[in-house]
Amino acid sequence: MTETTHTAPAKVPRATAPPPGTAHRSSPPRGSALRRVTPWLFLAVPLALLVTFTYVPVGNMIYYSFTDWDGVSPDRNFTGLDNYEQIFTRPELFRVFFVSFYYLAASAVQIVIALYFATVLSFNLRFRNLFKGILFFPYLINGVAIGFVFLYFFQDGGTLDSVLSWFGADSDHAWLGDPVSANTSLAGVSVWRFTGLNFVLFLGAIQSIPAELYEAAQLDGATRWQQFRHIIAPSIRPVVSLSVILAISGSLAVFEIPYIMTGGATGTTTFVIQTVKLAFQFNKTGLASAAAVVLLLIILLITWIQRRLVPDEKVDLV
Amino acid sequence: MTTPLPARRRRVAPALTYLSLILTSLVVLIPLVVVFLTSLKTSEEVADGGALSLPGDWLNFDNYVTAFNDGKMLSAFGNTAVILLFSITGTVVIGSMTAYAIDRFDFRAKKPIMALFLIATLVPGVTTQVATFQVVNSFGLFNSLWAPILLYMGTDIVSIYIFLQFIRGIPVSLDEAARLDGANSFTIYWKIILPLLKPAVATVVIIKGITVYNDFYIPFLYMPSEDLGTISTALFRFKGPFGAHWENISAGAILVIAPTLLVFLFLQRYIYNGFAQGATK
Repeated sequence: MTETTHTAPAKVPRATAPPPGTAHRSSPPRGSALRRVTPWLFLAVPLALLVTFTYVPVGNMIYYSFTDWDGVSPDRNFTGLDNYEQIFTRPELFRVFFVSFYYLAASAVQIVIALYFATVLSFNLRFRNLFKGILFFPYLINGVAIGFVFLYFFQDGGTLDSVLSWFGADSDHAWLGDPVSANTSLAGVSVWRFTGLNFVLFLGAIQSIPAELYEAAQLDGATRWQQFRHIIAPSIRPVVSLSVILAISGSLAVFEIPYIMTGGATGTTTFVIQTVKLAFQFNKTGLASAAAVVLLLIILLITWIQRRLVPDEKVDLV
Repeated sequence: MTTPLPARRRRVAPALTYLSLILTSLVVLIPLVVVFLTSLKTSEEVADGGALSLPGDWLNFDNYVTAFNDGKMLSAFGNTAVILLFSITGTVVIGSMTAYAIDRFDFRAKKPIMALFLIATLVPGVTTQVATFQVVNSFGLFNSLWAPILLYMGTDIVSIYIFLQFIRGIPVSLDEAARLDGANSFTIYWKIILPLLKPAVATVVIIKGITVYNDFYIPFLYMPSEDLGTISTALFRFKGPFGAHWENISAGAILVIAPTLLVFLFLQRYIYNGFAQGATK
C-alpha cells in the first residue's frame, strides 16, 4: 500500500487531460487510479496463460496423483499414497530411473568434449568458423530427423557397420539389440545432438575474457594448460555449473530420441516415456501423475541444491 | 600461439588439435551425409549396396517426390507455418508486454508476480503434460492447431527474461518525455518500447522459431489427427507405411533438415547469440 503511494510522485504525473479514445478505462477518477490498473492490463493475458498452462496443471496433477482416475470416466476414487507406493515398490516402474544414468554419463562426456573444443576454438585457428558451425549444427536439427538418421546409422549393415568394416572390424553387433548396448547407443546420439549447445555457451564465456589477460599470462611464460587452469576455468565456472544442472535435470526428462528410435523397447524406456505411456496408452492418469510429481520434486530438489552450492548465480529479476 | 613450448611439442600440438577437430567433424557429418546419399538412391541400390556406396544418379529426386506427396509433407509444412506464425507473434507480444509491465511500473504485487514467473521456469514442461492435457481437452482444443499455439505462447518464460534484460537498457526518460507529450502507457509500449526492442525480438523469433519447428512432443500429444501433422509428426509417421524404405525415409529427413540448414547458414551469428542468451537465462 505504501509502495504505490510513495512511488506515484516519483514518476512523472500523467498529463491532466488524457487524449481521447486512448484511455483504457472510462473516465478514471484520478490519474493514479488508472496508473494502478495499467500494469494489470499488460499482465492480464500473460498471467492468465501462465496460470492456465502451468499452475492449474501442476495443482491438478498433485490432486490426480492421490486418485485412481483413468483420465476419462467421471468418477475417481481417493486412494491416498497408493500410487506413490507403486512407483517405488514395483520394480518395473522403478527401473526407469536407472536408464537416466546412461544419459547422465553421456552429459558428463558431452560437457568435457564441449569444454575441450571451446578452449581449442577460442584461439585463432584456420577454418575456425567452419568447425564451430559443424559442431553446433546438430543442436538445431529436428529430433525426429535425428532419430531416423541414427536408426539408419545403427541398423544392421548401416552407417556404423560400414564405417567399421573400412577399418577391418566386421561386427555383426545389433547395436540396438540389448539393453546395455541400446542405451549406450541412444546416449551417444544425445551427445551428438547436444554437445554443440554446451560448446557454444562455453565458447561465448571464454571469448568474453579480455585479451589482455592472455597477453599478460604469455609474457609471464604461462603454458596453454596454465592459461586454461588459471584464466579460462575460473571465468567459465558459472556457465559450466549451469550446464551441469541442466544436464542432470535433462537426463531425467529424456523423451524424444529413445521414443522415436526404439519406442522404449529393449529396456530403453525412460521416465518420461513411461509416464506418457501410463497416461495416454494405459489410461492410468492417477499413477502417471504421481510419477510426474516425483520427477518434478527431484528436479526441484536438484535446482535447490544448485542454488545452495552456487548462491551467486541466482537469477536477478527485480 | 607463442607459448614457449619446446620446439617439437609446438609443432605436434597444433597437428593434434586439427586432427581432433577433423575427426569430430567427420563424426558429425558422416551420419548426415550417408542419409543424404541414401535419399538419392533407388530402392535396389539401397537393398544391394552398402550404406556408404554412392548413388548411381545424383539427380534422382524420385524419393523426394514420394516423401513429399505420400508423406503429406505439404500440409505438414503448412500447419507448421501457421503454428510458427501465431506462436511467435504471440510470444513476442506477451513477452514484451510482461517485461514492460514489470520493468516500468511499481505496484504492490510485483514481487509475488515475479516469483510466479520464476517458479514456473523450474517446472519442466514434459512432466506436467499429463495434467495439461486435461486442461487443453476441457477447452475443446484437443486435435486443433490452437493447442500447440497456446501452449507455446503460454509457457515461454525464457523470452520474458530476454525482453526484461533488454528493456532495462532503454532509458526511462524516453517514456517520460512521451508521457509529457500526452502519450498513454499503451502508446508508449507500442510506439516507443516495442520498436526499440527489435534486437531482442530478433533473438526471441530465432530461438522460438527453431524450438517450435523442431518440437515433437506437443504436436504428437495434442494433434494425433492425420491432417494436423506438423513436420515432426508427419516425419514420425514415415515409420509405419514406409517400413524399411530407407530411401524415402531419408528423403523425408533431408526435407525437414534442409530449411534448418538454410536458416543456419544465413543467420549464423544471430543464432549463436540467441541460444547463448536463451540458455543462460
